[in-house]
Amino acid sequence: MDGLTISRLLTAETLGFHIIWATIGVGLPIFISIAEAWGIYKKDPHYILMARRWTRGFVITVAVGVVTGTCIGLMLSLLWPRFMQVAGNTISLPLFMETFAFFFEAIFLGIYLYTWDRFRTPIYHWLTSIPIILGSTMSAVFITTVNAWMNTPAGFSVKNRTLTNIRPLEAMLNPATPTKVAHVLSSAYLTGAFLLASIAAYSILKGHQHVYFQKALRLTMVSGFILAIATLIAGDLSGKFLAKHQPEKLAAAEWHFETQRHAPLVVGGILDPETLEVRYGIEIPSALSILAKGSPSAEVIGLNDFPRHLWPPLYVHYLFDLMVGIGFYLIFISAVFLFLWAKKGWNEWHPWVMRGILAGGPLSFLAIEAGWIYAEVGRQPWMIRGMMTVKEGVTTSEHTLPVFWIFTFLYFALGIIAVTVLIRLFRNKTPESELADRNIIL
Amino acid sequence: MTVHLEWIGIMVLWTFLYGYLIVASIDFGAGFFSYYSAVTKREHIINKIIDRYLSPVWEVTNVFLVFFFVGLVGFFPETAYYYGTALLLPGGIALLLLAIRGSFYAFANYGARKSRLYLFLYGATGLFIPASLSTVLTISEGGFIRKEGDDVIFLPDRLLTSPYSWVVVFLALVSVLYISASFLTFYAHRAEDRPAMELLRKYALAWSGPTILASFLVFVGLSQHNPQHFAKTMELWWMFALSLGCFLGAVTLIWKRKALGWAFVLVMLQYAFAFYGYGISHLPYLLYPYVTIHSALTNSTMGVALVTAFIAGLFLLVPSLYLLLRLFLFNAKYVRGEKGGPHS
Ligand code: HDD
Ligand code: HEM
Ligand code: HEM
Repeated sequence: MDGLTISRLLTAETLGFHIIWATIGVGLPIFISIAEAWGIYKKDPHYILMARRWTRGFVITVAVGVVTGTCIGLMLSLLWPRFMQVAGNTISLPLFMETFAFFFEAIFLGIYLYTWDRFRTPIYHWLTSIPIILGSTMSAVFITTVNAWMNTPAGFSVKNRTLTNIRPLEAMLNPATPTKVAHVLSSAYLTGAFLLASIAAYSILKGHQHVYFQKALRLTMVSGFILAIATLIAGDLSGKFLAKHQPEKLAAAEWHFETQRHAPLVVGGILDPETLEVRYGIEIPSALSILAKGSPSAEVIGLNDFPRHLWPPLYVHYLFDLMVGIGFYLIFISAVFLFLWAKKGWNEWHPWVMRGILAGGPLSFLAIEAGWIYAEVGRQPWMIRGMMTVKEGVTTSEHTLPVFWIFTFLYFALGIIAVTVLIRLFRNKTPESELADRNIIL
Repeated sequence: MTVHLEWIGIMVLWTFLYGYLIVASIDFGAGFFSYYSAVTKREHIINKIIDRYLSPVWEVTNVFLVFFFVGLVGFFPETAYYYGTALLLPGGIALLLLAIRGSFYAFANYGARKSRLYLFLYGATGLFIPASLSTVLTISEGGFIRKEGDDVIFLPDRLLTSPYSWVVVFLALVSVLYISASFLTFYAHRAEDRPAMELLRKYALAWSGPTILASFLVFVGLSQHNPQHFAKTMELWWMFALSLGCFLGAVTLIWKRKALGWAFVLVMLQYAFAFYGYGISHLPYLLYPYVTIHSALTNSTMGVALVTAFIAGLFLLVPSLYLLLRLFLFNAKYVRGEKGGPHS
C-alpha cells in the first residue's frame, strides 16, 4: 500500500471510531439533564437515578471520545500537513474555538460528576449540566463547520497561488454549514435517544418489570420520535443543499447520470460499471427532483456533466440508501410505540415492539457511520473541494504503515475494553438493587 | 497595527504550554509515584489523592495540550507543515502513550486501578510522555530536521545520539517528579493526611537537587548544540537567577514543613522564570533555522480573529476554572474526603 492509501485508511478509521463516542458525547448530556430536571420537578427519584446511571456510562464513553479526539487533532497535522497549513490560514477559527468548548465541557463534567450530593439545593447540581450540553454541542458545531468548509470552501481569495483577503467568519458560515450542522446535531441527539431506549427495551425483554424501565423508555421514545422527524427534515434540506452546491455528490449517491427534469429516485439495485445501467433497483418517478429541489419537474444535474476523473466512487449509493432506510425505520418504530401507548387497552410493551426498539440503537449508529462515509467519500477526489485533492494534501513521510498498525491496535483494544467495562458496570449493579440501597420504595 | 500579532500569539500559546507543564507534571508524577508505592506496598496513601484530585481534572489537563497544538496550527500554520511532516512516527507514539493514559482514568474506577498491568502502564506513561514531548523542544533547536527541495526530512538517528537531546529528557523527567511531589505534599497536608505528606515530602526533597543539576547540564548542552540560542539565554541571565532563587525558597519551606502552599507557588515561579526565559530567548525561531514567528504567522485577519476569540474564551474559562478549583482544591471538606464522589 502506498502512503496515500494508508493515510486515508488511518484517517477514516480514526474518525469512524471517534464518531461513535463523539456522538454519544453530544447525544447523551441532554437526556441526562432532562431526566434530572424532570426528577427534581416531579420529586420522582426514579428519574434522578436514571440521570445518575446514564452519567456513569457517559463518563466512560466521553473519556474514549477525548482520547480518540486528541488523536485526530494531532493526526490531521501529521498525516495531512499541507492541508492543515491551508486550513490553518483559513478555517482555524472554529478549530480554535472548539478547544474552548472542550474546556467548558471538561470543567463542568468534572464538577457534575463529583458534586451529586454537595449542594443543598438539587437545582444547583442540575444547573451544572447545562454547560456540559452547551460545550459538547458547540464542539460538534465548530468541527462540523470545518468539515462543511472542506465541502464548500469560502471566505478567501486566491491570487498567484497564495491565499489573500481572508474572511474567517465567512469561512465558518460557508454554504454547507447550516444544513450540515442541523443534520449532524439532530442525528446525534436522535442516536442518544435510541441508545438509551434500546438499553431500556433490552432490560424489559430480559424480564425486568420495574416501572423505572418503562419511564426511561417513554421518555426516550417521545424524544426519539420528535428527533427522528427533525433528522428527516434536516436530511432533506441537506439533499437540497447538495443539489445546489455539490451536485456531483448527490448524483453519485443516486446513480443519476443524465441531467434531466422529473428525475427518478433509485433505491438499491446493481450498477453495471461499463454501461452505467442500473438493474434490479426500485425507481420512484420524479422523487429525486422532489428531494433535490422540492418540485417534481425540477431539473437535477447528472454526473455526465462532470469529467470522469472527478466522479466520486459510486458505491456511496448503498451508504445513502442505508442511512435513509434507517431514518425511516426509526420514525416508524417510535411511532408504533407512541401509537400503542396512546390507545387505551393496547400493549406497547409487546416483545416485538421491544425488539424493534432494541434494534434501533445499533441501527442509528450504523446510520451515523453510513452518513459520514457517504459525506466524506462523496467528496473524493477532493480534500478541499475544487482546491486541493487528497493526493496533494498527504504527508511525504515514509512511516505511515507502522503508525497505521499502532492505531488500529489501539482502537481495537480501546473498543473491547470500553464495551467490557460498560457491560460489567451495569450488570453488577441493577437499578432495582440501587433503588433498594437508596431506600426508594414506590 | 502597532501590537505585533506574532508576539501575542506566541505568548498565549507559551502560557498554555506552561499551564500544561504544571498540571500535566502533577498528573504524570502521580502516575509514577502511584506505581512505585504499589510496588512498595504503600499504594493506599497516594491513591486517595489521585482519586480526589486528579480524576476530576484529567480532562482539563488534556485540553491544555489540545489547545496548544490546535492554537499553534492556527497562529502559525507553517509549523503544521514542518513539524507535521517530520514527526509522524514520534508524534504517533506520543499519542499512543497519551491514549493509554487517558483510558486509565476512563477505566480507573471500574477496575483499572486494581489491575497491575494498567497501573504499570499508568506509571510508565507518566515518564515516557514527558520524555517524548520534551524532544519536540530539542528538535526545535535545529539540526534534526533537514529540508531538501520541498521535502522535510527528520533525522532520528541524530536525535538519538545527541547528548543535548538526552539531557533535556533527563531534565523533563526529574522536573515532572519534583513538581508533582511538591504539589502532592501540599495537597496531602491540606487533606490532613500526615503519613502521605511525610512520604511525598521525602520524594519532593529527593528530586529537588537533580532538577538543578539537569538544568545546568541543559545549559552546557545548549552551548554546544546551538551557541546562538545559548548566547541569548545569557542575556536573560536574571530570569534564570530568579528561577534559582525561587527554587531555594521552595526547598527551604518544604524542608521546614512550613507554608507548603507557598512552597508550591515558588515551584511554579521557579518553572515560570525558567520556561519563559527559555522561550523568549528561543524567539524569533520556532524551528531553527527554517521557521520564525514572522515567517510562519497566519494572515493578520485570522490572527485578529483568533485573539478576539481567545479573549472571549477567557471570560468563559477563568470563572469556570475558578469554580473547579474552589470545589476540588480549596474545599477543605472535599479534600479530606468527607463529601462527594463519582459513585455516591
Ligand atoms: C442517525 C443518523 C442519521 C439518519 C437517520 C439520517 N442521517 Fe443523513 N447523515 C447523517 C446521519 C443520519 C450524518 C452522520 O450526520 C451525516 C454525515 C455527514 C453529515 O453532514 O451528516 C449525514 C449526511 C447526509 C447527507 C449528506 C450531506 C453532505 O454531505 O453535506 C444527506 C443528503 C443526508 N444525510 C440525507 C438524509 C436523509 C434524506 C435522511 C432520511 C431520513 C437521513 N439523512 C437520515
Ligand atoms: C466524525 C465523523 C467523520 C467520519 C466518520 C469521517 C470519515 C471519513 C472517511 C471514511 C474518510 C476517508 C474518505 C476516503 O479516503 O475515501 C475521511 C477522510 C477525511 N476526513 Fe472525514 N469523517 C468525519 C468527519 C470529518 C471532519 C469533521 C473533518 C474535518 C475537520 C474531516 C476531515 C477529513 C480529512 C482531512 C480526510 C482525509 C482526506 C480525504 O480522504 O478527503 N472528517 N473521513
Ligand atoms: C462531527 C464530528 C465530531 C463530533 C460530533 C465531535 C465531538 C467531540 C466530543 C463531544 C468530544 C469530547 C470533548 C470533551 O469532552 O472534552 C470530542 C473530543 C475531541 N474531538 Fe471530536 N468530534 C468530531 C470530530 C472531530 C474531528 C474531525 C476532530 C479533529 C479536528 C475532532 C477533535 C477532537 C479532539 C481534539 C477532542 C479531544 C478534546 C479534549 O482533549 O478534551 N473531533 N469530540
